[in-house]
Amino acid sequence: MKKTLLIGVTALALALASPFSQAHRVWLKPSTTSVSGDSEWITFDVAVANGIFHPDHFAYPAERLSVVSPSGEPVDIQNQQKLRYRSVFDVELTESGTYKVFNASQSLVAFWKDEDGERHFWPGRGKTGTVEEFYEAVPQDANELNVMQTANRLETYVTLGAPTADNNTLTGQGLELKALTHPNDAYTGEPIDFQFFMSGDEAQGTKVIVVKDGEKYRDTTSDVEVIADEQGKISLQFDEPGMYWLEAEYEDDKAKAPAKKRRASYVLVFEVLPL
Amino acid sequence: MSKATPYFLSCDGKAHRPKKLLNRLLQLTLSLVFIGTTISVQADELEITLPTLDVAEYHAPYVAAWLADERGKRVVDIAVWYDTDMANNEGEKWLKDLRMWWRRSGRSASMPIDGVSGATRRPGKSVIALDEHFSNVPAGDYFVWVEAARELGGRETLKVPLSLPVTQSVKTRAEGQHELSSITLHMEPAK
Repeated sequence: MKKTLLIGVTALALALASPFSQAHRVWLKPSTTSVSGDSEWITFDVAVANGIFHPDHFAYPAERLSVVSPSGEPVDIQNQQKLRYRSVFDVELTESGTYKVFNASQSLVAFWKDEDGERHFWPGRGKTGTVEEFYEAVPQDANELNVMQTANRLETYVTLGAPTADNNTLTGQGLELKALTHPNDAYTGEPIDFQFFMSGDEAQGTKVIVVKDGEKYRDTTSDVEVIADEQGKISLQFDEPGMYWLEAEYEDDKAKAPAKKRRASYVLVFEVLPL
Repeated sequence: MSKATPYFLSCDGKAHRPKKLLNRLLQLTLSLVFIGTTISVQADELEITLPTLDVAEYHAPYVAAWLADERGKRVVDIAVWYDTDMANNEGEKWLKDLRMWWRRSGRSASMPIDGVSGATRRPGKSVIALDEHFSNVPAGDYFVWVEAARELGGRETLKVPLSLPVTQSVKTRAEGQHELSSITLHMEPAK
């Protein structure tokens, strides 16, 4: 039991800290994305899993998420429950427009091997590390010391009434998506345009993978893989309506010392509606 | 016609058999209604026929009708029928199921829409008078769209073309498959 838990926590730490751990994928999935009426509730699942959207590994802690209303006010998540393989919670939409649910984290991370060849990871267990802590905690002369600046962002958008864009603003930190097509205005047969920014700059070469729901029922993968152009832009189009998981990854050498590289990931769940 | 009968009977408020005089009055009224309908056929109108469905749990469909340009942009809302009787406007919860209309119009509208919102209709023919609906619409080619979405049921859209201004009598019809029986658009040239 204890061992399983420990593995789970480590997996979460890795999934949160390292976007390049391919095995596990984090997703924040609303039950629906566009609703009508004076007010409405939307229920969410959040998990670190192998499957899209099949919770089979680890419940993402929902308390790490923030919700912003269309006018920019913080909104509480409600009825939160951590289940075995997923966390669930509700958001009540009372303002007309688009709500953003997200987590953004940044850290300095380090990997190295000790004299016995054993691998180490710092700061570990989903914690974030600062430069000062790094010099205290990590042996500077360690073998295969690899130091990176990482940034991870997990987002989804939901709308009551007409979509609004006021809370799709760039913070200039980590890998971010500017929605040229509003995520709650994505329809089959129409181009869906997104633009990626790394620390505020157009993120050329961002690698993007998009997976549609129902993955477990497909014999062959239908994943879409694209690379952002020189302006960090991608254009997607889908024939099939459904819930889609998008993961973007960016890496370059423009890191601040002591890091040598910066790596960032961005995950979005969005719904493509039929007309 | 078929709608008129129960309406007059229910006005009576009692289940007893109407008296002879009342009966004649009823017949007279009905024939007046009939004349009224005959005349109104000459006017501009959109006729929407909803199918009678043999299903265990039937809910009257939500229906929207609107005029859109050739690119699909909504120009004029004609009607939206939904559950207007629920407390706290809860009937608006399912307006989004009119997917096309919701995107083209509903999501940006403040409900109810004056002269457009109305209660759901039972199966059969409903007629919407198009009085001055298109009077401010620029000349051009358009479509009249009708969308129906039913709880525990399906969704269907139909459209018929319309060139404005109307220069000769128009009577166009589109047949549906499951949620809409048919729609018919009658338009006469402006006087």
